[in-house]
Amino acid sequence: MRIPAKVSIYVVLIAGAAMFALPFAWMVLTALRPLNQTLQQSHLWLPRRFEAPLEGRVQEVWPGPAVTEASVWALEQGAAQPVVLSEGSVRDGAWQPTAGAPLPVVILKRIPASVAAPWREISDLRGLTHDVVPDDAVRSQVVFRWENFPRAVRAMRHFPRYLANTLILCVLNVIGTVLSSAAVAYGFSRLEWRGRDHLFGLLLATMMIPFPVVMVPLYGLFRWLGWVGTLQPLWVGSFFASAFNVFLLRQFFRTIPKDLSEAARIDGCGEFRIFWQIILPLCRPALVVVALFTFLGAWNDFLGPLIYLTDEKDFTLALGLQAMKTSESGATEWHYLMAASTLVILPVITLFFVAQRSFIEGIALTGTKA
Amino acid sequence: MTSGDRKRTWIGLAFVSPWLVGFAAFTLYPVCASVYFSFCDYDVLSPPVWIGLLNYQDMVSDSVFWKSVWNTLFFNLMALPLGLVSALVLALMLNQPVRMRGVFRAVYYLPSLVPAVASAMVWLWILNGRLGLLNQALMAVGIAHPPQWLGDPAWAKPSLALVSLWGCGNTVVIYLAALQGVPRSLLEAAMIDGASAWRRLIHVTLPAISPVIYFNLLIGIIGGLQVFTTAFVMGGAERSTLFYAIYIYQNAFEYRHMGYASAMAWILCLMILALTWLASRLSRSLVHYQGD
Repeated sequence: MRIPAKVSIYVVLIAGAAMFALPFAWMVLTALRPLNQTLQQSHLWLPRRFEAPLEGRVQEVWPGPAVTEASVWALEQGAAQPVVLSEGSVRDGAWQPTAGAPLPVVILKRIPASVAAPWREISDLRGLTHDVVPDDAVRSQVVFRWENFPRAVRAMRHFPRYLANTLILCVLNVIGTVLSSAAVAYGFSRLEWRGRDHLFGLLLATMMIPFPVVMVPLYGLFRWLGWVGTLQPLWVGSFFASAFNVFLLRQFFRTIPKDLSEAARIDGCGEFRIFWQIILPLCRPALVVVALFTFLGAWNDFLGPLIYLTDEKDFTLALGLQAMKTSESGATEWHYLMAASTLVILPVITLFFVAQRSFIEGIALTGTKA
Repeated sequence: MTSGDRKRTWIGLAFVSPWLVGFAAFTLYPVCASVYFSFCDYDVLSPPVWIGLLNYQDMVSDSVFWKSVWNTLFFNLMALPLGLVSALVLALMLNQPVRMRGVFRAVYYLPSLVPAVASAMVWLWILNGRLGLLNQALMAVGIAHPPQWLGDPAWAKPSLALVSLWGCGNTVVIYLAALQGVPRSLLEAAMIDGASAWRRLIHVTLPAISPVIYFNLLIGIIGGLQVFTTAFVMGGAERSTLFYAIYIYQNAFEYRHMGYASAMAWILCLMILALTWLASRLSRSLVHYQGD
């Protein structure tokens, strides 16, 4: 290939990769910020910690907007943190007082009760304990707030329950789907019987039915069974084989020579034993693919839990994350939301790196075999 | 039928019995019930009441219904070609002898694994009108009044198309697998005949992978008409991202108009059939199956 063509391919690939990776980076960076550094228009790429000498020791301070505008964002509820009040802004990662502003930096030693709730403003400094320190005494350094992760977990209130529910659903769906789809695929591929191909045609046809068509009657059915509000509607169905996985496994089962089964039959081996002890072990790669994508499907599912889980205590992680979007104060706590999103995404990414080959082969399989 | 035949049939049925039971309970019954409900006034709490074609008639005069149809079609007309073409371009480049192909492939593929809710959260933050990364970047390069994205009805659907583009890695990997199956002999023959890279792409590579492009198009249409989670979580201003599937959900579970929701679901089914039929007609002369 000519050199310019090669260079341009790299340029586009690298630029594209940067764009695809950027949302992840921004999510994690936000997750590691203090709240106020998500609420300012700033060019702060890395989370920072601001400090100033106060009462003889260096303490963390929160830069706030200009005093002359008589406003300051009081930070996290109940925080007894000193707050910097000054005319200035955070620019290029540093605290920069507005040029020509006559005001020194004012540091409140304690946030008064009147501004303890988020989003309230201070309109008057009189009567408040405050210190005045020179601009250049405020220092900053890059500090990642790892403590945001446990805090986000706490902010999601029932996080352990959500995680447990999600994992239960993942495990049950994987077991149900793999076992039932493998058995059904076996019946459709390795056995010859009357009516087999007609039934298989029917199975393929069911893939055409969009979910909304069956959504309402299924809800009615599960409601009649008394299962709404429980996890059951979200996993019981998986034990009855899903058409797509049956199709995928059947394609794989067909590649195994018939002679293998014949030899076993001649030796007096029952059909179930042939399935369980001969065919299944040979099809492990395909079963792993089905298991992986079922796990992901259960981990990522949103609509199912949205329909069937009614009590906030019983949610899955996906629903819990959605519920976290608006905190009680009505404002979005972006740092916690991004920390929680990171936690929800992390297992999926880990799984990918552990089983990369299966993923790529599985995807390729769905595209080229189908 | 010999007794051996009969035995084999029973064994076969035994193996597929999980699906048979599941088919009866979770597909056949719901499909039949759904047809019936679509002619009924039904709120799940009390028995359905037959109202004939009223649900379907209501749809014609329901302006929100038409808005959801328009939103869905408009979004897909934007997102589908954008995703298919971008994925193809990326796959074509990754199919070249580049270094670190595995790393690139992983970076492009990973976003498609991200749970839709989480990706919706991340993009809500990036697209935030005042504080979002995108608008801060736009303002930094001198655009004083960047769009409000989801807050602006005109920009909400393009915003969601951007989010769906981020998840196109799945398609990239499918294309890549197909590209690796393009017969070398064909490409080499074209090269010997002096065909330029562009002509090899148009006359050899693309026809060879056309079944996979067609497959991706069909999957894209079927999935695209049912998009739900991202738009549901991100929620554009003034119903600008009220998609068809979201309106079905709202009718069923928020307004408890389950009969109306079922009728809408059947119209969705018809739309999918019509569009896939259209796609198959249009692609008939363009898709080449090997051995034809």
